[in-house]
Amino acid sequence: MSTTETDPRDAPRASGGGEAPEPILSARGVEVAFAAGFAPGGGKGTARAVDGVNLDVSAGEIVALVGESGCGKTTLARVLLGLERPTGGVVVFEGRPMRYGSRDLRAYRRRVQLVQQDPTGSLNPRRTVYESVAEGLRIHEGTTADEAERVAGALSGAGLRPPERFLARYPHELSGGQRQRVVIAGALVLDPEVLVADEPVASLDASVRGEILRLLLDLRDELGLSALVATHDLGLAWNIADRVAVMYLGRVVELGTVEEVLAAPAHPYTRALLSVLPDAGEGEPVVLAGEPPDPKQVPPGCRFHPRCPVLASGEAERAGVADLCRTVDPAVLGGGAERRVACHWAAADGTGRVRAEAGGAG
Amino acid sequence: MSADTEEHGADAPGGDAGGANGAGGAPVSPRALARRRRAEALRRFAREYTRNRAGLVGLLALSAIVLLALFAPLLVDQAELTVTGAPGAAYEPPSAEFPLGTDNFGRSVLDLIIWGSRVSLTVGFLATVVSVVLGTLVGVTAGHFGASGGPAGRVVSSVLMRVTDWFLVLPTLVLAVALAAVLPRGTGTIIIAIGLTVWPATARLVRAQTLAVEARPFVERARALGGGHTHVMAWHVLPNVMPVVLAQTTLLVATSIIAESTLAFLGVGDPTTISWGGILEAARTAGAISSGIWWYMIPPGLAIAAVALSFTLCGRALESVINPRLREQR
Repeated sequence: MSTTETDPRDAPRASGGGEAPEPILSARGVEVAFAAGFAPGGGKGTARAVDGVNLDVSAGEIVALVGESGCGKTTLARVLLGLERPTGGVVVFEGRPMRYGSRDLRAYRRRVQLVQQDPTGSLNPRRTVYESVAEGLRIHEGTTADEAERVAGALSGAGLRPPERFLARYPHELSGGQRQRVVIAGALVLDPEVLVADEPVASLDASVRGEILRLLLDLRDELGLSALVATHDLGLAWNIADRVAVMYLGRVVELGTVEEVLAAPAHPYTRALLSVLPDAGEGEPVVLAGEPPDPKQVPPGCRFHPRCPVLASGEAERAGVADLCRTVDPAVLGGGAERRVACHWAAADGTGRVRAEAGGAG
Repeated sequence: MSADTEEHGADAPGGDAGGANGAGGAPVSPRALARRRRAEALRRFAREYTRNRAGLVGLLALSAIVLLALFAPLLVDQAELTVTGAPGAAYEPPSAEFPLGTDNFGRSVLDLIIWGSRVSLTVGFLATVVSVVLGTLVGVTAGHFGASGGPAGRVVSSVLMRVTDWFLVLPTLVLAVALAAVLPRGTGTIIIAIGLTVWPATARLVRAQTLAVEARPFVERARALGGGHTHVMAWHVLPNVMPVVLAQTTLLVATSIIAESTLAFLGVGDPTTISWGGILEAARTAGAISSGIWWYMIPPGLAIAAVALSFTLCGRALESVINPRLREQR
């Protein structure tokens, strides 16, 4: 449990200098399994919340993790923060596997910060804005002479200006958007390199949502911050992300840049998600049949096949992959910046690469 | 917006110099800063408290009683509290000389009550402090490590709670009597005996509240910020369980004073001291109820009630100061 001699403060900041392909934070084959509880009739077995995920976040990049509720987004975010220990695989930060000694975690958490879904709950109601923002500083440095200034700086960085007006307020005296800015300021005050945001705007109304997203983009541009944003909202992903990872039942099923994934989706699941957006334009909306699957009973073969519209319509049969869909699990996608999709049907005419015109087929 | 933020970005590296200038020249040491902030918090706390009228009344009543107890040697002639030096006749009704009448030996009941407040308050305060500190420590530790300490933490938590349960199922009175009988006779023993027997309820209460606090997102945020167990317990859990602890404290003071009188009644107390419970007990044995000597029975009971009430008022006021939400709605 000895720590490395490197002080995180001395390590070079991975700022946006050059197109370094080296990811700053990555998940390599991360798996998380929970032992199922004793709910009557709930059945036994383990719930595989995250089931083999490779995902890279490069410096200065915003990656959106998209998927429906219960697909493992939040669990993956918690793993990346070291709040949850993966049952398999590793989290790699700056090329080194994450270690779970308490001092290692402390050093790590100085540099990777969390923004939670519910800003009301993530602020202690008994602490003023000043105290909540200064919390991280005090944890890592104790009370410093320039604390007040750094807190004010972080608050105005997060768009709360003038900061003096907010210092002595309590969370219940602020609006939802202001609370979320306080949370973001609390993360910024430590000069983190990566922000992990779990549904950062899900509980905010539409007007505030835009402001917070704008803030995240500005922070990326100005501070070179990387971010992983877990969301169920495809529009949000489209607006702020550089790359998108679509998650289904604990696995990333499609990965690529925003334009690639959202403008020309290859995986039937991504297509179904996009087709039901109000402004989807041409094409029939595809409503997925069946229950959202149970992570305790992952289907054999492709995990999406019981609900797959391509398989149901017989199109997969015509392409000659229907048996593969039912029996062979598509390989776990690699990370990296390439376009990848875990679908037998989409891969039928090449290996790994996707037909650019696949988006047109309905 | 971007212009503003650039300004901030340029500010940040030179922040140190600006800080020294802004704070009035002298470089401020972190410790001095922390002390100043604490003093400021205390002043704010006092200001908020004085806005609560009921709390102010409770505090005044309590200070009056405490002052009375502290200055009792000046107000009461100790020689007149002995059975042989009694100034009046037995069972004199209230009069100008003896405002609350006299007891069966001819001692002034008022003098007895003023003198008795010393032991009653001491035992009430100290036994409460012992049990609240013990209960809060055990409750917060068990709750915190049970919720977020991993497998080892859950073991610690359940060991602590089994110990608590063990104390909880033991009959309080029997344990107190046994402790008081084993330890050397004296007020200190009574304090320990009461303190050690009433803490399990506090521990259970605090643990339940701790579990509720631990489930809230700000605790996870604190952990994600790098906060350790001590930070979470001291910075997040403790302030959020304080209202419960305060409410419990106000109740326990009364309980402790009554427990002290019970022990006095059972003869395990210190027979040489005069306490409110002891006076009640003496009145009972002297047959004051059946013979209608109300001035012997009622005043000590009222004294106990007055102290309990003032504590409750203070506790409520403290609670509303500590909890900003309650303060708002007042």
